[in-house]
Amino acid sequence: MIMKIIGKLSDEIFFNLIRENRYLHFVKGLGISIQLTFYAALIGGAIGLLIALARLTNNKVLSYFASKYVDIIRGTPVVVQLLIIYFAVFASVNMHRVAVASIAFGINSGAYVAELIRAGIQAVDKGQMEAARSLGLSYSQSMYHIIIPQAIKNILPGMGNEVISLWKETAIAGFIGLEDLMRGAEIVRGRTFSNYTPYLVIALIYFYITVMMTAALGKMERGMRKSD
Amino acid sequence: MIKVVDLYKSFGTLEVLRGVSNEIHKGEVVCVIGPSGSGKSTFLRCLNLLEEPTSGEVFIDGVSLTEHGKDINKLRQKVGMVFQQFNLFPHMNVMENITLAPVKLKGMSKEEASEKAVMLLRKVGLPDKDYEYPNKLSGGQKQRVAIARALAMDPEIMLFDEPTSALDPEMVGEVLSAMKQLVVEGMTMVVVTHEMGFAREVGDRILFMDEGIIAEENSPEELFNNPKNERTRSFLSKVL
Ligand SMILES: Nc1ncnc2c1ncn2[C@@H]1O[C@H](COP(=O)(O)OP(=O)(O)O)[C@@H](O)[C@H]1O
Ligand SMILES: [Mg+2]
Repeated sequence: MIMKIIGKLSDEIFFNLIRENRYLHFVKGLGISIQLTFYAALIGGAIGLLIALARLTNNKVLSYFASKYVDIIRGTPVVVQLLIIYFAVFASVNMHRVAVASIAFGINSGAYVAELIRAGIQAVDKGQMEAARSLGLSYSQSMYHIIIPQAIKNILPGMGNEVISLWKETAIAGFIGLEDLMRGAEIVRGRTFSNYTPYLVIALIYFYITVMMTAALGKMERGMRKSD
Repeated sequence: MIKVVDLYKSFGTLEVLRGVSNEIHKGEVVCVIGPSGSGKSTFLRCLNLLEEPTSGEVFIDGVSLTEHGKDINKLRQKVGMVFQQFNLFPHMNVMENITLAPVKLKGMSKEEASEKAVMLLRKVGLPDKDYEYPNKLSGGQKQRVAIARALAMDPEIMLFDEPTSALDPEMVGEVLSAMKQLVVEGMTMVVVTHEMGFAREVGDRILFMDEGIIAEENSPEELFNNPKNERTRSFLSKVL
């Protein structure tokens, strides 16, 4: 009985990973998924900061468009955004798909990051800005020296969680023909006709990386609490 | 030094200041008393434009605060403010709290500003707290650091908004004595306070505010011993 299970398992491993070097599909997919997460996090961070600042200004027009941006992005599925950006926006330009997908995920993530930043800034006590201004510091000096450093402590944990969500969300990149981790599993499955083994493999990889990121985030938070 | 002319301030439909005029002279200590919600804080905060008056004028050394085109940040440097909730910067130590503004705004070197901070900390009775963070300090110590922070800009006038109201009773004395030290040195001060003993002792003039106006104004002796206004009398009978 046990021998039978072990035999089946090693068959599965052999067919899905080793034969024809199929493991390379997973390795290559992992690389694409990591790249997407990395670039999308950078783009999302930059967009998020700009949108948050736009929402917080006294400029009504800027603030209106920034809040609409957040509403629209959060109110539609990522996969739809990805397809629109790929087929409608970048259809005519010959751009690398990794770049297109990174931009799409970044645009999506930016809306969530903007909300994190806005909430983090607004959570800083109002008295801090008043004390800074009463000393004669300008609005931007007060933001830079007093508000932002305190807001960062509020924002960082949420940012970490945002990167972890991004990591998992990139699994839809196959919709625009990218061979990411998810797509890699599908390619292998198309060859081996295994029921679920390729999915189990990528589930393990997704999970392992998520666990590592969560641990890193926890370490960072503990470090920050120490400096309080 | 500060001249206030017919100040009005509304929050939405709520009229908080309804025509306040006054003049505060150099070296004068003016204490503002009155029931909660009467507009004392709002009045004080209009003096450095933390609140924008709905109408009326505030002049500092003859320069209008409310007139557009004036550099409000420059004018605010002349006006120090101490808050009920201290509002120290929690991510900076005591020294950084005090030296930030002089270094950024007055072009002082770090060393110069630090020397000055050490002197100011001694003045408020905290000679050995330079590198503590605010969360390690008691309320009374925090408020004295806040006073030192405001003094570091060499203000011509100091505004205090109930500086002892958030303190445990045993710490009120240390903050009041730091303020008395300033009075002795001739600082011009406007103090919103519930400490009637302090107002009576150091005030040159008392303003009694009620429902958005200065209902009565007099020397401490006259106002406390011989209040003219019915509302002043009823307020004093409750707090004394
Ligand atoms: N930023 C604000 N927005 C709306 N209402 C305010 C604001 N600040 C103060 N008020 C209201 O104005 C009135 C006077 O407040 P305040 O000047 O703080 O009185 P006091 O300091 O005498 O207790 C109160 O009713 C208060 O609720
Ligand atoms: Mg008040």
